[in-house]
Amino acid sequence: MIDYFFGYERENGCGVRNHVLVIPTVSCSEFTVKKMVSEASQYFSSYDGGIKALNNPYGCGQTGKDLDQTTRTLINIGKNPNVSGVLVVALGCESVNYDKVADEISKVKNVEFLKIQDQGVTKTVDEGVRLLKKLSDEAKKMNRKKCGVENLSIALKCGGSDFTSGIASNPVVGKVSDMVVNMGGTTIIGEIPEFIGAEHLYAERAISQEVKTEIIDTVHKFEEKLKREAGVDFRGAQPSPGNITGGLTTIEEKSLGAIKKSGSSKVSGVLEYAQIPNKRGHFMMNTPGYDIESVSGMVAGGANLVLFTTGRGTPTGNPVAPVIKITANYETYKIMEDMIDFDCSSVIDGRETILKSSERLWELIIDVANGKPTKAEINRQDDFLIYRIGPTY
Amino acid sequence: MIKAIIIDGKDNVATVLGNAEVGEDIQLIGQDEISTIRAISKIPRGHKIAIHDIEKGGPVIKYGEVIGKALVFIKKGEHVHIHNMDSIRGKILK
Repeated sequence: MIDYFFGYERENGCGVRNHVLVIPTVSCSEFTVKKMVSEASQYFSSYDGGIKALNNPYGCGQTGKDLDQTTRTLINIGKNPNVSGVLVVALGCESVNYDKVADEISKVKNVEFLKIQDQGVTKTVDEGVRLLKKLSDEAKKMNRKKCGVENLSIALKCGGSDFTSGIASNPVVGKVSDMVVNMGGTTIIGEIPEFIGAEHLYAERAISQEVKTEIIDTVHKFEEKLKREAGVDFRGAQPSPGNITGGLTTIEEKSLGAIKKSGSSKVSGVLEYAQIPNKRGHFMMNTPGYDIESVSGMVAGGANLVLFTTGRGTPTGNPVAPVIKITANYETYKIMEDMIDFDCSSVIDGRETILKSSERLWELIIDVANGKPTKAEINRQDDFLIYRIGPTY
Repeated sequence: MIKAIIIDGKDNVATVLGNAEVGEDIQLIGQDEISTIRAISKIPRGHKIAIHDIEKGGPVIKYGEVIGKALVFIKKGEHVHIHNMDSIRGKILK
């Protein structure tokens, strides 16, 4: 087992990419950001390192815990070790405390700041291009160095699942999660609604009674919120009639298929959405199931790489972390080879065991950590969405 | 030969990867040791086959975990689905 990779050393860990990130603190500054990035990207645009802009349709008309969560996401995605430097672009009167965003990120890396209300769009774009060039020059000076795999923090996600996900691709990813945790690294699983019905089994893996209670509470609160705000009894409605025709019997079976990608290691804690863990190990994060919101939260929580299993196929990627997409459905792989990185249909036709397949996946993970671009990076697909938890005012 | 995958060594069911007819032999894969089992009922693709006898009220185990309980005695080789098993934690199917 390879237990090192060549990454970018940062103050708070090792990155597998070397990006310059532009963060609009509110939707009102997104258009200005797009303009400066389209002009500046010619300076720095490799798969390994380039200028990336976050999508942020929020940042104003928000309050309380919802505003805190959006602010935390913007700060923590900027701190991700895959990012070399950050440019924060504010409007000037939004709900998000843009000074706090810039100050917090600057504790661990180079940050530049612009406010549209100080100088108008044209000057902000010109100044932004100049600053992005400067941040890119600083990033280009960085070289890859040998880093232990304990520096990997891997987000685990499934989306567009089919019957192959629960029996092959998720168990393969679960074995990898166990390897990473055993070697001292970190893995994070989100999508809380997928735990409903099997939360008691996952909770058995908690390192303490406190964490066990937190796991159960997090799942039950999510379930109650769905009931209260959407009028849906998730537990009562799952598995769906389609799931049952496909061979699933109980909600335990359905949820276990999804949770299987977290392997069997101890659960070290429960994280708030976009919260960075203060130690290494396996963690549960309070994210919804929605692919893009879930992955965005885990990458803001420090994940420098994403393992994404799919049955039906999805092109999804992330601006900060490479997303490795995995399927055990051979037809899906053949049709969508331009967006899927790893085929483990061999597990389903008996040519390979789950363990052997996970060892082959591990080799790809190390290659990607060393700089090999994923299909989503080649397609330049940079999906990012923040999970909102309150009403817009 | 149709295959069925065993995900965890503790499992008492396997997921059948093709449509199995009564009396058809199925190859069990997923673990280091490969063996065969004979289907004693018709089992659609993606559904489960009992790889051991399961007592009435006993646990049905997949992923090494309890996914429900047997409503009746389930014989090795039988189709395991909502007609002979039920949830413990969620909606009661029967």
